[in-house]
Amino acid sequence: MGTVMRRARAPRLRALWLIAAVLALFAAALPRAAGAQQESDAARAARWKALSQAIFQGRALHDGGGVVQLDAPPRALDAALVPVTLDFPGSSPVKSVYLIIDENPSPLAAHFTFGPKADARSLKMRVRVDAYTNLHAVAETRDGTLYSASTFIKASGGCSAPAGSDDAEALKDIGLMKLRLLGPFAAGKPLQAQLMIRHPNFNGMQMNQLTRFYTPARFIRTIDATYEGGTVFHLDSDISLSTDPVITFGFVPQQKGQIKIVAHDSSNVTFDHSFDVPGAGG
Amino acid sequence: MICRPPPPVTRRQALLGSLCAAGAGALRPAPSRAAIAAAPFQEVASGIFVRRGLDEDVTATNDDAIANIGFVIGKDAVAVIDPGGSLRDGQRLRAHISSVTRTPIRYVVMTHVHPDHIFGAGAFHHDHPQFVGHRKLPQAMAARGEYYTRRLEETLGNGRAGPIVVPTRLVQSEDDIDLGGGRVLHLRAHALAHSDCDLTVLDRQTATLFAGDLLFVERVPSLDGSLRGWLTELNSLKNEAAQRAVPGHGPVSVKWPQGSLDLERYLDGLLRETRQALKKGIDIEAAVTTVGQSERARWRLFDDYQGHNVTQAFKELEWEQ
Repeated sequence: MGTVMRRARAPRLRALWLIAAVLALFAAALPRAAGAQQESDAARAARWKALSQAIFQGRALHDGGGVVQLDAPPRALDAALVPVTLDFPGSSPVKSVYLIIDENPSPLAAHFTFGPKADARSLKMRVRVDAYTNLHAVAETRDGTLYSASTFIKASGGCSAPAGSDDAEALKDIGLMKLRLLGPFAAGKPLQAQLMIRHPNFNGMQMNQLTRFYTPARFIRTIDATYEGGTVFHLDSDISLSTDPVITFGFVPQQKGQIKIVAHDSSNVTFDHSFDVPGAGG
Repeated sequence: MICRPPPPVTRRQALLGSLCAAGAGALRPAPSRAAIAAAPFQEVASGIFVRRGLDEDVTATNDDAIANIGFVIGKDAVAVIDPGGSLRDGQRLRAHISSVTRTPIRYVVMTHVHPDHIFGAGAFHHDHPQFVGHRKLPQAMAARGEYYTRRLEETLGNGRAGPIVVPTRLVQSEDDIDLGGGRVLHLRAHALAHSDCDLTVLDRQTATLFAGDLLFVERVPSLDGSLRGWLTELNSLKNEAAQRAVPGHGPVSVKWPQGSLDLERYLDGLLRETRQALKKGIDIEAAVTTVGQSERARWRLFDDYQGHNVTQAFKELEWEQ
């Protein structure tokens, strides 16, 4: 038990991370209509076509219907924290899922890959939403077929803003984790858990108006969750996850044991923590 | 006043209808736009003028004139306390000051980073004032300025937001501004509360407190910092030597500290009910529709902000459990 922080010797670039970086450049190059809410459906469709081409390399995207469902509020209540739920009700098992926020500066928000210990029927997370945008979830089944679901989110009003903060207060408890089991343990039965990680997930694209320098980003790049050594999920993530990421996932414990969480951030710091899953009556 | 069920044309009308039904203790009707335009600035104490903001969100036609803005006249200098929600809003404020006094505008105080309070600052560039803000205001402007500008221009039109004016004088914790003739404004930079850069101004001469958005009256509060922090700072504000306060939103002046009661009740309730929801294991999606609903009839724009406030409270308090 206990949180361990260590600095990795060398950054390990993952293929998906490269894709995300390229996408961010690419998304910045796409013109964003003045008054984003007035952007036409055609412009949104063109943007998605270009994005999905870049991410999925022309592979066919099937209607998500029975495989993937995406639920998010029609209007963001808070630009910095929009809860998103993904459900996979189908009988064909889902291998991985991509969450794409079309109009965000870095559109590919998350890519979850499920492992053998996962109960891959639902996921929840919280994201930032910069503008009126389509949100896409693309699930890949074990046979390699892609299924897509989408929903439209209006940006929040009022004083909320998607920005995170890089100040000392935001970094104070960095890496602190909590895990909450959302049901009783039963051997071999799926169990939902909510993971909370203290991390500013600072998006960095903010110029200090006095120094005119950009503050470097600091955000979680990967999270690995394992149960008794077997993978529950691997997540590649990005600046679109909210500050203090919260992820709800399912797993299948065969006996009492430990969930281990390893998170790695863009400053090459690794945070890990193990949580006991008490057995029946434990 | 005769209350009839209104035709269900708009949510606001429906809301006002329910306010009528709530009877005594409920909100007074909001002053109309025409009424506010006719008497834009009221002298709330000797030499202190305040314009009431509209109880609306920014629209294409209201110039984001939705916050209370004002100024204090001393013997040698005028201090603006919140320059307004857009360049146009700031220009009108400046024109009004010129019509009242020839004393130079030497200070423009920005009480926090929210757009309805700061985008008028550009109207005062030619006065070469000190632009005064909380030590954390520059960082907050850096983080949010571009986003706020983009969103404001989506509504007002391109080029009509106004520039972000970075403060030239930062308040670390407390500071004084001398307007001459014995009029000294005492400034306090607060800890994380309504926002992360709340600044309040006390005019000791008239015992008048500019509370900024640490005080909302009649218009539903918006939480963008820390719920627990706000309650702490509000409590400390009650000890200020003030007889009246100018809220960031609502009437131009309320008795102090009595004028804080509604806000305290609202924030206390939000704290209590969010903690209860967390204890019961209610998730954030459900909490935003259930927490604090008993306050609905007591605040304007409740439905526009309640879900946001619960979201903010939830993400703060979930780490307590």
